[in-house]
Amino acid sequence: MSDDLIQRVLKVIATSKRIPPETVTIDSDFAQLNIDSMDAVEILFALENEFDISIPDDAVRAVRNVRQMCEGIDKLMTDKASGPPAVQ
Amino acid sequence: MVRVAITGAGAICALGRTAAEFAAAISSGRSAIGPIRSTDMSEFRFQNGAEVPDYSHTPYFDDRRADFMDRFAQFAVIAAREAVADAAPAWTPELRENAAIITGSCVGGQSTEDIGFQEVYKHGRNRVHPLTIPKTMANAGASHISMEFGVTGPSFTISTACSSAAHAIGQAYWMVRSGAAPLAITGGSEAPFSFGILKAWEAMRVVSPDTCRPFSKDRHGMILGEGAAMLVLEPLEAARARGAHIHAEIVGFGMSADASHITQPSAEGAARAMRAALRDAALSPEQIGYINAHGTGTLANDISESAAIHAVFGSRVKNLPVSSTKSMHGHALGAAGALECLASIVALRDGILPPTANFNEPDPECDLDVVPNHARAARVEYALSNSFAFGGLNAVLALRAMAY
Repeated sequence: MSDDLIQRVLKVIATSKRIPPETVTIDSDFAQLNIDSMDAVEILFALENEFDISIPDDAVRAVRNVRQMCEGIDKLMTDKASGPPAVQ
Repeated sequence: MVRVAITGAGAICALGRTAAEFAAAISSGRSAIGPIRSTDMSEFRFQNGAEVPDYSHTPYFDDRRADFMDRFAQFAVIAAREAVADAAPAWTPELRENAAIITGSCVGGQSTEDIGFQEVYKHGRNRVHPLTIPKTMANAGASHISMEFGVTGPSFTISTACSSAAHAIGQAYWMVRSGAAPLAITGGSEAPFSFGILKAWEAMRVVSPDTCRPFSKDRHGMILGEGAAMLVLEPLEAARARGAHIHAEIVGFGMSADASHITQPSAEGAARAMRAALRDAALSPEQIGYINAHGTGTLANDISESAAIHAVFGSRVKNLPVSSTKSMHGHALGAAGALECLASIVALRDGILPPTANFNEPDPECDLDVVPNHARAARVEYALSNSFAFGGLNAVLALRAMAY
């Protein structure tokens, strides 16, 4: 997982939630950041645009913190680079 | 205070094209959820909905009249025709002049708008069809009903998302009860199956990838539906005097606002609406024998609604059947409250409690008797019909069986 990817995810979260970038770290969890379900779908929307990927619903249900979110994006980016998108 | 009878009912939705077909379907626990056919779904994460199968404006409207009506307005008039024919009011010039029409709709004719805006945004044209505005306006259903019957009294539309129809019926009930209107045609209609609207629902990540399983531990969200249900309300004594058939009685209406979050439901707000309906009807919780739940099948709604029902009914919950007919007709948004009010009427009238279909597994966080999968024969005197909208605007109707 590259530092560039992590920084882009952190920036998307901060921009979407309209909170100072320094408040979001790889170790933040959503509860600490006061991210509710509607905030979460907005962040997913922004991440899909940022990385030009489609994030399936079942991939996000268990995600509770920024690290899991970065790992999920990393996996989707790897899948995207290695061939046609997986059938959802 | 005037007692208010329901003397006419009409419906069109995925389960059928008349109130009788609707009643037969919910009483047999048949779910009408299946692949969405009216829109190209190849680019969607979900595929299923509850559409009126093979719908065409014929035989209901000639081509020229249909030109002026979005699908949601057509549904409104189709259901209103059936309800009015069923009630067979003793029309006089005075009755037509003073009768009320109150409809609910969430998105109105946005499907027409969606198509019109594709012309300018996608196809690069410089104009949209001139009927886009009159077809899109959410009050078109009420307007077309008024023209259909020459009814010229107070007529308007309420748009409170998923509570629209329940707010509309409640308002109509209060107008008849207070004497402000001698008769009301009321309900809701919706037709949300167009590409842009479906994309907006997809983005919220609340639509189930398979089906709607309210209160089931393995539920994965809601399923959109479409259609309309309309009722005719009139004073009970007047209805009896003219020998009208009475389906059931509306006895109370309660509303509340959560004042908390634009999408997350609040159990406290829902409980306050149920208590308000009981208070308006002068009923105690012990008298309620059935609740038609809002029961969307989303993780959040079903937990919150269960908590609200526990808060209002306490230990009574153990013996209180609660079902969500959205498992069969889908979530018809601004028509939902009307279809579900009709489901409650059917339960009271026919003595058959409709089930929660597609139910697999109890959820400890939804500890209710949800009438799983199979309808239940039960004579119930009083029922509640719950509607809780995005935006935290709640409406609950209290109904009474006519046999009592």
